[in-house]
Amino acid sequence: MGKYVLRRLILLVPTLLGISALVLILMRLLPGDAVDVLIGTEAMIGPEQRRTLTRMFGLNDPIHIHYLRWLGEVVRGNLGVSLRTGETMTKVILQRLPITAELALLSTLLAWIVAIPLGVLSAVRRNGGLDFTAHVLGLVGLSVPNFWLATMLLLFTSLYTGWQPDLIWVSPFKNLPANLQQMMLPVVSLSAVLMAVVMRMMRSSMLEVLSQDYIRTARSKGLRERLVLARHAFKNAAIPVITVQGIQVGYLLGGAVVIEQIFGMPGIGWMILNGIYQRDYPVVQSGVLFVAVAFVLVNLLVDLVYAYLDPRIRYD
Amino acid sequence: MATDTTQALRDTRVPRRVRSGLAEVTRHLARHPIGLTGMVLVLLFVVMAIGAPLLAPFDPLAQPSQRLLPAGGGHLLGTDEFGRDVLSRIIHGSRVSFQVGVISVGIALMIGGTLGLVSGYYMGLVDSLVGRLVDIMFAFPSVILIIAISGVLGPSMTTAMIAIGIVYSPIFARVVRAPTLVIMQQQYIEGARAFGAGGLRIVFRYVLPNIAAPVIVQTTLSFSTAILSEATLSFLGLGTQPPYPSWGTMLGSGRKFMELAPWVVVYPGLAIALAVLGLNLLGDDLRDALDPRVRRGIT
Repeated sequence: MGKYVLRRLILLVPTLLGISALVLILMRLLPGDAVDVLIGTEAMIGPEQRRTLTRMFGLNDPIHIHYLRWLGEVVRGNLGVSLRTGETMTKVILQRLPITAELALLSTLLAWIVAIPLGVLSAVRRNGGLDFTAHVLGLVGLSVPNFWLATMLLLFTSLYTGWQPDLIWVSPFKNLPANLQQMMLPVVSLSAVLMAVVMRMMRSSMLEVLSQDYIRTARSKGLRERLVLARHAFKNAAIPVITVQGIQVGYLLGGAVVIEQIFGMPGIGWMILNGIYQRDYPVVQSGVLFVAVAFVLVNLLVDLVYAYLDPRIRYD
Repeated sequence: MATDTTQALRDTRVPRRVRSGLAEVTRHLARHPIGLTGMVLVLLFVVMAIGAPLLAPFDPLAQPSQRLLPAGGGHLLGTDEFGRDVLSRIIHGSRVSFQVGVISVGIALMIGGTLGLVSGYYMGLVDSLVGRLVDIMFAFPSVILIIAISGVLGPSMTTAMIAIGIVYSPIFARVVRAPTLVIMQQQYIEGARAFGAGGLRIVFRYVLPNIAAPVIVQTTLSFSTAILSEATLSFLGLGTQPPYPSWGTMLGSGRKFMELAPWVVVYPGLAIALAVLGLNLLGDDLRDALDPRVRRGIT
């Protein structure tokens, strides 16, 4: 296991370098540059100050020097400064992270609670009424855009119950019930697709396991069906479902951009989107970099858990 | 034993009739209601996109009526915040979605497909380089990368298509690379080489026909995610720009009026969901029909 972890950590280095390079290239592709954008708001800047600013942003340097300098700063935890507010990005990201993390965690939890039992039941009663219903619902879940679902949920709750979520964000540590109430609609909107994916995966994984010889053996030695399903089938079938979870973090982070915007939750997604609206490039740059690195690290963690649970993976 | 023999005899005596492609498809769909539903939805969507100017009762940009009229009367699905006919805008909006689907998936297929082919054909160093690039692209949540690219290039329908196309290309690189690698190791490739076939001939004559099935399935599924991505971008104001009718734009701008006039957000969203559902159903069905692994009932 130790060797496997080490190999995966070494492989992480080129990926992280590639991610940061891509983010920098993206920002250098800007029509005009960050300085023009900044000057757009402060009309009084003369050519002398303009040159200073250009040097400050590293835009005079050839791209590889710019990249190395920027990377040096990033490694030291310095992600730049917002053009609009002047706050350091490291601080801003740390402030916004809990909101997105809570949204993603609760959505995953809700998806699991609904989808895992449904997937298992669909597989056990294959081709039955429940299986068919779950199959159709799953396909619908995959097709309904999360932003539309969110809009519809907001529309119907306000039309029929007159209730609207509080627009000012409440921290769960200050007032948990109020926070959960706020989280309800965003979490449902974000987890619908996840439910569909987890359910389909759980079902197909369970079906594959149920056709294995060891299940037949367990049954033929007279084990009760519940035990066969819980101890022999479910445990093995759940492993691949964990790996899909890693990929789904990408969906959650992307979906958070839209959902946070709709519900006015000031998380990381909201920050990136408003950075784009306000052409505040350091915000976009650090936000996208942070999200991509987080995604890679979560996936690494998932892979490690997978390798721990299923020893066959380690020897590939 | 006896029945086996008769079965074998029957199989040899009656030559399997070769059905035409269309008849095969019809027969398959008749037995698969889910695939049939998908096909019908997709056909409706395509007909709507192609025939939009003939089908739409009103000009989607004209503002002839009262604002926010409810459904019924002269306007089947009501009017929006500028007095434009919602139904006509939805019908014309299908053109945007369809165009975005075709062009962005086309871009992804060209870039990704080429990378995958080159990677599988040359193997070795080229393969590892392409593999690294694909890994790096996959490290970004796709929606965030699409939003960032469109935001940087400036919001418009064209940049949306470019952004979606670029972000989806690694998927095609993977889908094409794996079977290409397998095919390149087959003996018939060696045989073709011995007869003097060049690289292009090998790719077009032997590789492409053999990797068609997974590529077709991926194309259908990507088409639906591309439509969703464009709708998301336009909803956020980073895709197709008003007044041009895109389903996402309609939803995004109608949101402010939804409590007064729910129809301005209900119907465009329904249109997105149905188009995407149709493509997903069709894609699922195609995978079942084309993937031998699934056909054996492993799904």
